[in-house]
Amino acid sequence: MTTRLMTGNDAAATAVKLARAQVIAAYPITPQSPVVEQLSRWVEEGELPAEFVAVESEHSALSVCIGASTVGARAFTATSANGLAYMTEQIWWAAGARLPIVMCVVNRAMAAPWNVLNDQQDSMSVRDAGWVQLYCRDDQEILDTTAQAFRVAERINVPVMVCYDGFLLSHTMMPVDVPSPAEVDAFLPPRTAPLQIVEVSDPRNVGPVTPADPREDADGALQPGYMELRAMHNASLLQALEVVPAVDAEWSEAVGRSWGGLVGEYLLDDAEIVLVAAGSLVTQLTLVAETLRAEGVRAGALGIRCYRPFPADALRDRLASRALALVYDKALSYGNEGPICGDLKAALYSMDGEPAVYGAICGLGGRDVTLEHLAQAARDALSDLEAGVAHRAPVWIDLAEGSMR
Amino acid sequence: MHEIRWHGRGGQGSVTSSKILAEAAFRSGWCGATAAPSFGAERRGAPVTASTRIARERIRVLSQVTAPDVVVVLDDSLLSVANAEVGMKPGGTMIVNTTRPASALGLFGDFRLVASDVTGAAEAAGVIVGGQPIVSAAIVGAFAKATGLVSLESVKAAIGEAFSGSAAAKNVEAARIAYECTSCDGAAT
Repeated sequence: MTTRLMTGNDAAATAVKLARAQVIAAYPITPQSPVVEQLSRWVEEGELPAEFVAVESEHSALSVCIGASTVGARAFTATSANGLAYMTEQIWWAAGARLPIVMCVVNRAMAAPWNVLNDQQDSMSVRDAGWVQLYCRDDQEILDTTAQAFRVAERINVPVMVCYDGFLLSHTMMPVDVPSPAEVDAFLPPRTAPLQIVEVSDPRNVGPVTPADPREDADGALQPGYMELRAMHNASLLQALEVVPAVDAEWSEAVGRSWGGLVGEYLLDDAEIVLVAAGSLVTQLTLVAETLRAEGVRAGALGIRCYRPFPADALRDRLASRALALVYDKALSYGNEGPICGDLKAALYSMDGEPAVYGAICGLGGRDVTLEHLAQAARDALSDLEAGVAHRAPVWIDLAEGSMR
Repeated sequence: MHEIRWHGRGGQGSVTSSKILAEAAFRSGWCGATAAPSFGAERRGAPVTASTRIARERIRVLSQVTAPDVVVVLDDSLLSVANAEVGMKPGGTMIVNTTRPASALGLFGDFRLVASDVTGAAEAAGVIVGGQPIVSAAIVGAFAKATGLVSLESVKAAIGEAFSGSAAAKNVEAARIAYECTSCDGAAT
């Protein structure tokens, strides 16, 4: 293990190399590009024995990964924002075909209007496509989570998105412990037992039209219909609620670092107000919790590491009998509320000791989110709680209403 | 925690400076060190910023540096356009690459002003790319002398990490010259 200063993108690329990915296909987009630029250099220099496929679009990037994964290869790609949107068709395909592809989503705002900076609207827009989604708090977690993602994906045959904030992490250098190849090899064996594999000697039709109802195949065996396959897919995705913490524990055994599995918590024991978020905001919220405690408010932070599947039980367990959960979302389900906030309300609904849940929208399109913004939003939320507000519309943090026409 | 903001022009190397300083700080024993570019559209020649934070513990603040302890200006032509002193903490330090004396820069405020001919150091060491002296590494030598926050040895090691071969050797020499020709006193403004 050596400690080096590196960006989040360097950390992701390093993890992919340590994981011995065999096929990498990508199309450049800011702020993701440095991940695959580094990987292509390593492939070119012979440091990484993988096939690097430069393609003409993100749709093709994921298509190449689908092909490679179908024949048993460990496949990786990375993208951001509009690139992710452009591959949406194949995002659904990769999940439904049960291919353990790993993709880094370097979170960036969706156009229009055009913007290359950070928020989480891109990955949130595909949260329902059937992938595991993991969110990272800092560069170290990016390295560790990207390596863990291959293990998770290959354990349950479901693809995994490793999401991390563009620029705030992707382009920010910080100290990162890099495990040795031997440590990672011991943790991550070569891909075994692929669910669906094509052999040259045994040609098959992959992805035939599947009727709604079960039916017997040519050999007389009853095969699931579309709904049964979807239920099986969902059951496998839900297995991640056990597999993600188990893999994190195995990683901890291999390299000595754990990230809490499904959620990360800070100063939670006696907290009456819990600040909830996913991604790098969680790192800042640990400082905000300290600030609020210095003001006499019992505050804690709760980070959602695994967002899909949604860790409802873990969140109910951590939030029972609190006065208030304040959710900071860097995305919005337009016409409704922040995606994490809405999911959390549903998970806590009618539970004993259900806290009030308020939402706040922040940081869209790279709007700087300062510690003071976050702390003031918490103070405002406590005032509303004291005033007896049970249901509150989402608050927009640092919105310059005077500029709106 | 010490927060440093770099002012340069797109293509001049302020992001490289911010990274070399973070690396040097880490090697000097600061276990918390982060470096980031300004988060915005960057164009060659346009004023840009980058930032470095150094601390004795893990750094958990990721928003942009708005109240710097130290401001470093890579090119004194930026002083008329970049508002480099905005938000500086009282009693902070501003380091300007210039051939003019500090008293001639027209800067006033509650900060210590250090003027240093870093371009001269880069030229003397032969750090010339496309006919232009490049100060991105050398100015970290000036920073080391003016602030005392990192050692010259750690700056040299960090430059060796950022560049290879003869470029590394020349940049190390430029940083050494910049270190020697920078005053650690500076002028109160």
